[in-house]
Order: sequence, then C-alpha cells, then structure tokens
Amino acid sequence: MALFSKQNKEAFTNPLNLDHPILGQVLGICSALAVTSQLKPAIVMGLAVTVITAFSNTIISILRNTIPNRIRIVVQLVVVAALVTIVSQILKAYVYDVSVQLSVYVGLIITNCILMGRLEAFAMQNKPWPSFLDGVGNGLAYAMILVIVGAVREFLGRGSLLGFQIIPDACYDMGYINNGMMTMPAMALILVGIVIWVHRAYFYKEK
Amino acid sequence: MKLNTNSNSYIIVYSAILVVIVAFLLAFIFKALKPMQDANVALDVKKQILYSLNIRNLDGAEAEAKYAEVVKEEGEKDGQKFYMCEIDGEDILVVSLKGMGLWGGISGYISIHGDETPTVYGAYFNHEGETAGLGAEIKDSQAWQEKFIGKRVFVDGTQDVALGVVKNVDDPETQVDCVTGATLTSNGVNDMIKAGLKDAGKNAVELFLKAQCYKDAPADSTATEEPKAEEE
Repeated sequence: MALFSKQNKEAFTNPLNLDHPILGQVLGICSALAVTSQLKPAIVMGLAVTVITAFSNTIISILRNTIPNRIRIVVQLVVVAALVTIVSQILKAYVYDVSVQLSVYVGLIITNCILMGRLEAFAMQNKPWPSFLDGVGNGLAYAMILVIVGAVREFLGRGSLLGFQIIPDACYDMGYINNGMMTMPAMALILVGIVIWVHRAYFYKEK
Repeated sequence: MKLNTNSNSYIIVYSAILVVIVAFLLAFIFKALKPMQDANVALDVKKQILYSLNIRNLDGAEAEAKYAEVVKEEGEKDGQKFYMCEIDGEDILVVSLKGMGLWGGISGYISIHGDETPTVYGAYFNHEGETAGLGAEIKDSQAWQEKFIGKRVFVDGTQDVALGVVKNVDDPETQVDCVTGATLTSNGVNDMIKAGLKDAGKNAVELFLKAQCYKDAPADSTATEEPKAEEE
C-alpha cells in the first residue's frame, strides 16, 4: 500500500472536515473551553494533543492484535497515560514556562475523549501508518479549533494576541473597553457553537 | 499456534508485562530529566524573586547573574523565606508567601521598602492550578501585580497588615482591586498576604535589623532617605 494512498489521505483529511472531532462529533469540548482564554496555551495544548493522539494511535495500532479484548480500554488508558506523563515531563524539562502555564491541563489530556474515541474507533482496526495519520489529523483538527477560539477570546477579551497588544492605546483612550465576558469559560462554549454553525453552513460536505 | 487472547492467564501476563514496561520507561524518563527539571525550578524561584523586584524579561543566564548581584542575604524563619536585596543602594526586603487559591496552592513574593512606613516595592504571585484567564491572572497579569506597587503595608504605627485585595476598594492607599471573575482566588491572595506579612512583620524586622548590622553606616542612611522622598 502506498504511503499516501487514497485511504491514507482520507484518514488524515476526514477529521479535518467531515469527521471533525469537535465540529462533527463534539468531542473534547471540556479542555477546549478551559485552555482557550489565551492563544499561547491553546497552541501548546493543541500541539501536545496532536503528538499524543498520533503516538498513542500508532502504539495501540501496533499492539492491536495482541491486546486482550476484555481489557482493551485499560490497555489504551495505560498507553495514553504513559505518553501524557512523558510529554508533561519533557515540557517541564525543556519549556518550563509553558508547562507551568498549562498546569493541570496537560495531565487532563488523559481523559480527553478524542484520544479514547480515536483509539477505539480507528487504531484498534487499522494498520500503524494510517493510524498515525488519523491521529495527526484529529490532533490538528482539535488544535485548529483551540487556536481559532483562543485567538478570538484573547483579541476581544484582552486586546492582544500571543501577549502582544494589538488594539492601540488610542482606542482605549477613546473609550473602548475589553470584553471581560470573553475571558469567561462560557464564552468559549458560545464561540465553539458559532464555529460549528459556520462550519455546518459553509464548509460541511456530505459524502 | 494461535494465542487465545481472551484467556485469563494471557490477560494477567499481558497486563503485568505492559505495566512493568511502562513503569520502567517512566522511571527512566523521570530520572533522566530530573536534573534539568530541578535546575528549571531553582531558576524559576530566582526569577520570581526578581519579578517581585520589578526586574522582568530576563532569560536564564541573565537572571542568574542579576540575582547574584541583587540578592545580598537569605534568611528563613518558621518556613518563611526572606531575602535582603539591594537595588541602586536601597535596601529592599523580599518576603515569600504561601496560601490557598481556589483549586490548589498559591504562592508569591512581595518586596517591601521604606523603614518608617513600609510600602510595597513590587509583587509577584504564582499558582499551581488556578483557572487560566481567571484565577491564573494573579500570575499572568503584570498589570495586576503592578497595582500593588506603592501600597502601604501596615496600619500606621502598628504591626497589623493593612495591605489587602478586596472587591470594592475603600482605601486606595492600602487596597488592591480583585481580579475580575476570580473572587475566590483573589480572596486567597488576600488571606495569604495578611497571614504571610503578619508574621513577617516581626520576623522581618528582626532579620532586617540583623542584616543592617552587617552594613556600614552610609548604606544605612541612603536606605532611610530614598523611600521617604518617594512618598512625599
């Protein structure tokens, strides 16, 4: 089978549009709400989830024929938990600032529904390479929404992006006020709703 | 031979092997990365102390050098740490604080200057797991931390802590506004400051005096004059 055959491409592109984990299946919402009040943690969180979905998918796919059916969820959890712990340790050692910023949410990737969903639905039935692509696709799809929501919330809530002030001081002098609502988790839910609506209305294609 | 992957013995052996492999892997990674993490944590503490002295945006090596230059002496009493610092010939005392936020521990460093009426020179707060964008603002928002600068620490002539974080500021000389949407974390900061500085009041004066003894007279006189000039 070719490295980028049609099925493999689909494994990668499906989650980005048709089977989008957040927009289509509405999974992994909890962490999408929690870490998106600013752009930088949203990006790092997105990357961390991408790496972890990709590798847990690959590992489970390699092990799929040996995993006893009755304890498969346990095995998946062990693999995911081990990977998350490794990633969080590496973050602590190499990008300490970011790991502090993400605090508990890196650990909470273990409970991210997208991970378990992909392992159960894809990696258990497919070969390692498509599983890897599927993991990367799903991770990126998740990261994409986090970045969109994070950017909107940081821009409207603080007038900055990645910590740099975007809205000039002159606007504040003229009476512009940051929308404090945007820093609340509730607004993330509404924004995700709006993104889902736009996606359904303009980008969603039936098979 | 085809293995029966559903037999009990297979399941037990499989899970045992898996757990042992994962345990060794994690132990190895933890051991391998530990020195780097410890170095990061130690450097982070130094950076936090510098932050509380309004020295920000330094990278690792710079922070290390600046710390050695600024911090003259470290003291500890009842688990609370004190740092005697000197910036531009002025003595500044950094006090470590520990308290409870909404989801976990919070900590901080607050620097105080001025002998007669001590005021806040700078402040930095840290947290373990406060909500990003809300409680975490105590750490992330430099603007909020800067609100502490210049606030009076004690009720005039006493050791009672006047400095605090409140929802409605009555006394702008001693009180700082809460973080919006993070009342409970802000209350935690308030309690932490009150508790931390209450003991520090006595301990710090003790340590402060001890530190003063090491210094020669000229350094002493500049220390008392400068903050006064600022308050007028």
